[in-house]
Amino acid sequence: MATSELTLPRAAAGRPRRRRKWPIHLGLILFGLVLLYPLLWMLASSFKPTAEIFTQPGLIPSQWRLENYPEGWEALRHPFSRYLMNSAMVVMGAVVGNLVACSLAAYAFARLEFPGKKLWFAVMLGTIMLPIHVIIVPQYILFSQLEWINTFYPLIVPKFLATDAFFIFLMVQFIRALPRELDDAARIDGCGHFGIFLRVILPLSVPALATTAIFTFIWTWNDFFSQLIFLTSPDLYTVPVALRTFVDATSATPWGPLFAMSIVAIGPIFGFFLAGQRYLVQGIATTGIK
Amino acid sequence: MTATGSVEQATDTQPAAPPRPPAPAVPPRRRRRTGRVAEDRRAAWLFLSPWFAGLALITIGPILGSLYLSFTDYSLLTAPEWTGLDNYRRMLDDPRFWTSLRVTFTYVFVSVPLQLGFALLLAMVLNRGVRGLPIYRSIYYLPSLLGSSVAIAILWRRVFGAEGLVNSVLAIVGIQGPGWVSHPDWALSSLIVLNVWTFGSPMVIFLAGLRQIPTMYYEAAQVDGAGAWQQFRRITLPLLTPIIFFNLVLQLINAFQSFTQAFIVSGGTGGPADSTLFYTLYLYQRGFGSFDMGYASALAWVLLLIVAGLTAVNFLASKYWVFYGDE
Repeated sequence: MATSELTLPRAAAGRPRRRRKWPIHLGLILFGLVLLYPLLWMLASSFKPTAEIFTQPGLIPSQWRLENYPEGWEALRHPFSRYLMNSAMVVMGAVVGNLVACSLAAYAFARLEFPGKKLWFAVMLGTIMLPIHVIIVPQYILFSQLEWINTFYPLIVPKFLATDAFFIFLMVQFIRALPRELDDAARIDGCGHFGIFLRVILPLSVPALATTAIFTFIWTWNDFFSQLIFLTSPDLYTVPVALRTFVDATSATPWGPLFAMSIVAIGPIFGFFLAGQRYLVQGIATTGIK
Repeated sequence: MTATGSVEQATDTQPAAPPRPPAPAVPPRRRRRTGRVAEDRRAAWLFLSPWFAGLALITIGPILGSLYLSFTDYSLLTAPEWTGLDNYRRMLDDPRFWTSLRVTFTYVFVSVPLQLGFALLLAMVLNRGVRGLPIYRSIYYLPSLLGSSVAIAILWRRVFGAEGLVNSVLAIVGIQGPGWVSHPDWALSSLIVLNVWTFGSPMVIFLAGLRQIPTMYYEAAQVDGAGAWQQFRRITLPLLTPIIFFNLVLQLINAFQSFTQAFIVSGGTGGPADSTLFYTLYLYQRGFGSFDMGYASALAWVLLLIVAGLTAVNFLASKYWVFYGDE
């Protein structure tokens, strides 16, 4: 809709401009290279001997050192697959938790009437802006009294309690745009609220659910602060915490293997990015999440 | 009429329902309607019960808990001991508290405007009907996805090291760069660059906003003889103020909470010479390094007040510069 409005007059007026466009492209490409150069450099460095990383800014290694990967994999107390598994468990728990709990709450805010709705909605919006640092100390005390420190519970259970309120808001906005007639039709067919939620709203909310899942994945995968605080046993280290101990482990950091594992660490996010870039970009454009 | 009318309206789930003719069958309809309301309520409490539990246990409880702890001396080992305003008084005499505030404010107020400036500039360029826009947009957005990860912070530590990539490039043009991350005067700038590097996400939001501006405004302006700068100044900027405001609030809140980058780049110390001692890093050191939980809670409350205050100021100030189309 908006695109046709935009492209039509542009195309008509475009001809005299087009000739001057190649400098823009050149600039944009150069700028993109500068932006991505650190990433490319890290990728290249993961194949270089450590000594060579220091001496040359170029991308192509003089000799390809594939051993950085197996060396980095085995450099810590556990093989890196352990940390990947730990991260995967935390992330899966967080994704499922956010999907279930946030969609339930969103249905209530979008479709149901109850006393104090406006107030609770405002409270919910308020919690989006709350810095985690404000609540981390009492949370730590609470979880340590439950003997949950050094388990994945502190990282997963809150998600099942819809503490990532941002996603509630996202889904409320989405559900509000769905036609209410569908609910009424389902009601006539004998559905209660749970039936409407399960059979009408959820199937139609797949874009919002996917956005929630993708961003929960990325945030939890990248999250360092809470994993650093709640997981102190090396058996339970997630990828970011393990990477951090890699840096601090020795005074002379083996940069080649470290970069190899850094590539492994951002691999899943990069994979998501390649697979769903259009989706990710749309998600952020409409919702404002990172 | 007024009394019953307002009650009706308050309890009616669908105010838009067509008025029904008054019929003798009032009792059954009433019952059905109130039955629906009660059913709604019951379902709402049920659907919201996880969120309510989370709000009580994970959010509001801990907020009140940290408020209480901020007035105590507590090391986790013995019961909290009430010390009144001592923690807050301690802050006044704590040079590292002031350092962390200065570092954080410098970081936020230098990097966020730069980041948003870059984002707007690139959005403007990309919005000029360049072919391949989705590719550029995606490439520029990628750093935003990775920016908060430990891997990138590690990369930064290396890239801005004494023999790192940045200095190798500078050496080509004959500049001998400092050991950025190991020099107190320069360490923070490497983190500012890191935040600016993640300009992609506000850029995407700016792009979406630019698309909403009808092209006919520009055509009309062109007819009136307005140049590119005039068009930007008189059309783009005012119509974009709600988006600028949105990005500003979001990025300010984000930047205040930065932790990972400073933690990794400085090895958890906030060094060299506390030059990257972000407020959240100091809070972490007090709370989880020294188990000085009372003081950490007080720090957390000051952070909350700063962020809330700044957001409030933002919203108040927005009345004077944010332009909504319907005014």
